[in-house]
Amino acid sequence: MMPTNWFDRNLKWIYTMPAVLFVLLMMVFPILYTVRISFYEWSMSATVPPKWVGLANYSALLSDIRFWSSVKNTFVFSIGALLAETVLGVAIAMLLYRDFRGKNFVKTLFLLPMVATPVAMGLVWLLIYEPSIGLANVLLKMFGLDPLLWIASPKQVIASLIVIDVWEWTPMISLIVMAGLSTLPAEPYEAADVDGATGWQKFFHLTLPMLRPTIIVAVMLRLIDVLKTFDIIYSTTQGGPNMKSETLNIYGYTLGFQYFKLGMASSLLVIFFALVMGLTLFMIWLRKRLEVSV
Amino acid sequence: MKKKTRITNAILSGLTFIVILAFSFPFIWMLLASFKTQAQIMSSDQFFVFQPTVKNYSNVFNQYDFLKFIINSFLVAAGSTFGSLLLGLPAAYAIARYQMQSIGLIILVARIIPGITFLIPWFIIFSKLGLVDSFTSLILSHMLVGLPFIIWVMISFFEGLPQEIEEAGLIDGCTHSQVFRRIVLPISGPGIITSSLLSFIFSWNNFMFSIILAGDQTKTLPVAVFNFMSYSEINWGALMAAACIITLPVLVIALLAQRYIVSGLAAGAVKG
Repeated sequence: MMPTNWFDRNLKWIYTMPAVLFVLLMMVFPILYTVRISFYEWSMSATVPPKWVGLANYSALLSDIRFWSSVKNTFVFSIGALLAETVLGVAIAMLLYRDFRGKNFVKTLFLLPMVATPVAMGLVWLLIYEPSIGLANVLLKMFGLDPLLWIASPKQVIASLIVIDVWEWTPMISLIVMAGLSTLPAEPYEAADVDGATGWQKFFHLTLPMLRPTIIVAVMLRLIDVLKTFDIIYSTTQGGPNMKSETLNIYGYTLGFQYFKLGMASSLLVIFFALVMGLTLFMIWLRKRLEVSV
Repeated sequence: MKKKTRITNAILSGLTFIVILAFSFPFIWMLLASFKTQAQIMSSDQFFVFQPTVKNYSNVFNQYDFLKFIINSFLVAAGSTFGSLLLGLPAAYAIARYQMQSIGLIILVARIIPGITFLIPWFIIFSKLGLVDSFTSLILSHMLVGLPFIIWVMISFFEGLPQEIEEAGLIDGCTHSQVFRRIVLPISGPGIITSSLLSFIFSWNNFMFSIILAGDQTKTLPVAVFNFMSYSEINWGALMAAACIITLPVLVIALLAQRYIVSGLAAGAVKG
């Protein structure tokens, strides 16, 4: 049927335009603005006007030890969290996918960490990690182990933060993997049963290969978010001690809103933006290639 | 054979129990500590057995004016969810019906880009407009999280609706926009509930945008609770009571509407 009135003929544009305009105004324009600020020395002060400095912010950043340390921290944190969450997430998905009583309730309980307010949870973990009164050391003592400094130690801080991230986000990997499990065909398992395969054999030779596309999607989504982790780090360590847990996101925030070096912060954010987009595109490309090769 | 299955089952049940205990323990811990005095938290022998006190909660409300922060958080979350629905529902419908994938892609990119990239320009512009510490800037910024999510969930929801119903409406003389408003929206309840609840939760939890754009008048709960820490000695009991107050609404929503939340999280995740 051919729509008759003007409004109807242009419905698809009228319906999408407000949302598109909003995204252009609130997202695309600010990104371009950030790129522009990155070429200026800009301090938000009323007396000193912004000054064009060309690529000086970028070259200052590339020779800044603190920048490189934040790059390293971002990757160590992200890769560590991603590996642990993937292995644990698949294992827990297998565990919760079985039929048992109270399954739905247990699944919901397990999903709560990912909806709970991250800042509040960061503060709870701050108490858990408190060296003298925190639960973490009480547990260690219970098993006869020496107490640790956790987030107060430059050496243990990243691992301690990974634990928080694993607690918060493993449920997401499990959720996606469980959705993937429910789409697997039954026939290969019946054939394997006839051949007398053990549970482990079925897992490694059937379930895992068939789940591969699902796991890749889960890892990709998690990677996009883990690189941007802010709340749990800022509410527990603010990048400390001694900047040992300062990721790109945290350093950019500190440069911009504590030191008010808006130009330098913007150049860091442009690099961060390129990094996240680049890695995402790489993952999409990798996923396509892997799917072709299956 | 049968005995072996029973042992395996017992082991698996035990493992399930350990996993659930480990993942819910921070919540239990937060709840327990919120009813303890500072002295009880400091001493390690009053772990589970202690004389509970509600003083932390009354402190949080009386000394720190938490009611105001709760109202602020609620206004921002409700406002940004409403705004996202207003812009997002028609957009998602058009994208789903007219196969406008490229526009869908633009919306998706909003989920990938680090939010902090927008924050400096927002701060500069909102400062110039005098909108820092206003609900307008908070709601607009939170909509950048809610809108892409709502569009994304609703595209797949609208795609799943049978087109025959809409065609019947057109034959009966409705215009396309009438079909959307009178036929499609009334049967889209489940999708709208799912996406609104999660958009509300994302805004309620948001910290990074609020800490920059909120001020004394508009401070939301995550910012308020974070500011608790800046006092010289941390008042753990009050901090945990505040953490409970923030988290409780979200946990209640998640438990009561578990069907919607699970499907929303799965849809938002898998479709990405």
